Amino acid sequence: MRYACLIYYHPQTLFGGSPEANAALAECANYDEVLKGSGHFVSGEALELPTSAVTVKMRDGVASTTDGPFMETRDMLGGVIIIEAADLNEAARVAAGHPIARIGSVEVRPLVDFSQPPPKF
Amino acid sequence: MSEVDASLATAYRQEKRRVLATLIRLLGGFDAAEEALHDAFAAAAVAWARDGVPANPYAWLVSAGRFRSLDRWRRRARLAGVLSDLAVLAETDWQPPEPEAIADDELRLIFVCCHPALAEDARICLTLREVGGLTTEEIARAYLTRAPTIAQRIVRAKARIREEALPYEVPGRAELPARLDSVLRVLYLIFNEGYAATDGPDLTRPDLGAEAIRLARLAAGLTDDPEALGLLALMLLHEARRASRIDAAGDLVLLEDQDRTTWDRGLIGEAQGLIGQTLAARRAGPYLLQAAIADLHASAPGMAETDWAEIVGLYDVLARVEPSPVVALNRAAAIGMRDGAAAGLAAVTAAMAGGGLDRYHLAHAARADMLRRLGRTGAAREAYGRALDLARQPAERRFLQARLDRLDRLG
Repeated sequence: MRYACLIYYHPQTLFGGSPEANAALAECANYDEVLKGSGHFVSGEALELPTSAVTVKMRDGVASTTDGPFMETRDMLGGVIIIEAADLNEAARVAAGHPIARIGSVEVRPLVDFSQPPPKF
Repeated sequence: MSEVDASLATAYRQEKRRVLATLIRLLGGFDAAEEALHDAFAAAAVAWARDGVPANPYAWLVSAGRFRSLDRWRRRARLAGVLSDLAVLAETDWQPPEPEAIADDELRLIFVCCHPALAEDARICLTLREVGGLTTEEIARAYLTRAPTIAQRIVRAKARIREEALPYEVPGRAELPARLDSVLRVLYLIFNEGYAATDGPDLTRPDLGAEAIRLARLAAGLTDDPEALGLLALMLLHEARRASRIDAAGDLVLLEDQDRTTWDRGLIGEAQGLIGQTLAARRAGPYLLQAAIADLHASAPGMAETDWAEIVGLYDVLARVEPSPVVALNRAAAIGMRDGAAAGLAAVTAAMAGGGLDRYHLAHAARADMLRRLGRTGAAREAYGRALDLARQPAERRFLQARLDRLDRLG
């Protein structure tokens, strides 16, 4: 099964210069290679800070855009890695190995299987 | 699919569980072993395509996993500057064990996964995933829980095993009986869910049943404990009847309507052999008693020829050894067969008055059945309605609805 590992961190903590944060950042540089070596890697990208983002909405056929979001006071989404794993426990174990898991957090989400019906609300 | 891919897929299906069990022993932990297992299969994809499929895939995978894991440790240790500490680990020679020793690795794993220090639901999840090789998602489906709940239970249970340093071993003779009880209980619960799923489209889950039987065989091979043999016999007797319990449409078929010629006589014979082996034992525990009851059903050519008096007698003993509301209910149903519906109704009513059955759909269904046989249609309809309100599994619900419809046609 495929899972998305959504990587969250607090920018001031990750880029604040502490030895732990610097070590994690250094390890991040080749973590894709580690995941490729273990056969888990499907794809992955790191994201720029939300200061360079726009948010788009369509309402009644009218588009509106705003800057941001600006959420420097809390954890923000900093990267997405898609992995292949046997089950949720394996995916969680792989996610726990990501350097950012020691500084921020990694949310593990199964990718949607479109052969299954959508959830009911 | 290429030949190598096919061999890999076969090895993954057949060897994964055993390779993992051995790696957990060699590496002394679940996470390291799972990492190593994954590495071993990744390495096999490359090496087998280049060098051909090895003669003994199990041995190849264990040594590849172990080697890769040592490599990983060395890399980490180099970073931490403690390389010399690893010399001891690297020197221990590993030889592929004999087949009996492989089974031992699985047994050790069963005992740590079923350790009484873990909560019962955690034991079930851990055993199914680590020994049974089911995925978190499959376990969640079987037990009607969300996958994250199961994942957390497994993570917590593993943390507990690590923190408490629960030993990865088959307990010694003195400790074995107490620990074996916990193992048998977990296997019994897994089998039950496979035999009569709580919910979901299918009444039975053959995968859970088959896994429970495989593990019960391992446990029974370890000891001459009559309960271990009794549990295996009980599972085999139910398994023998599995195909006849459901018709082509997926509907429930009652014991009285089951085609007894389809029952697997091989499995029944094996179970009877196991029950025979335990006759010398003085202690008749709950699994053996239930197996003896199932054996009386399996041996009878039909409902009328079934030895109901003996069945009631066995339920009497079972009710003394392990009293429970469900045992009282089953005993009442057997009384209904031995002495007629009026006696059965009195027994069911008494069992329900004992408490614990109010929300159990089968108790209301049993009561409804006695009322129906006595011609008390109105009361029967009410009781079937109550059973239908409580039942969740679709095949059971269809069965109860059909009973209600038939009463309505009678007027």
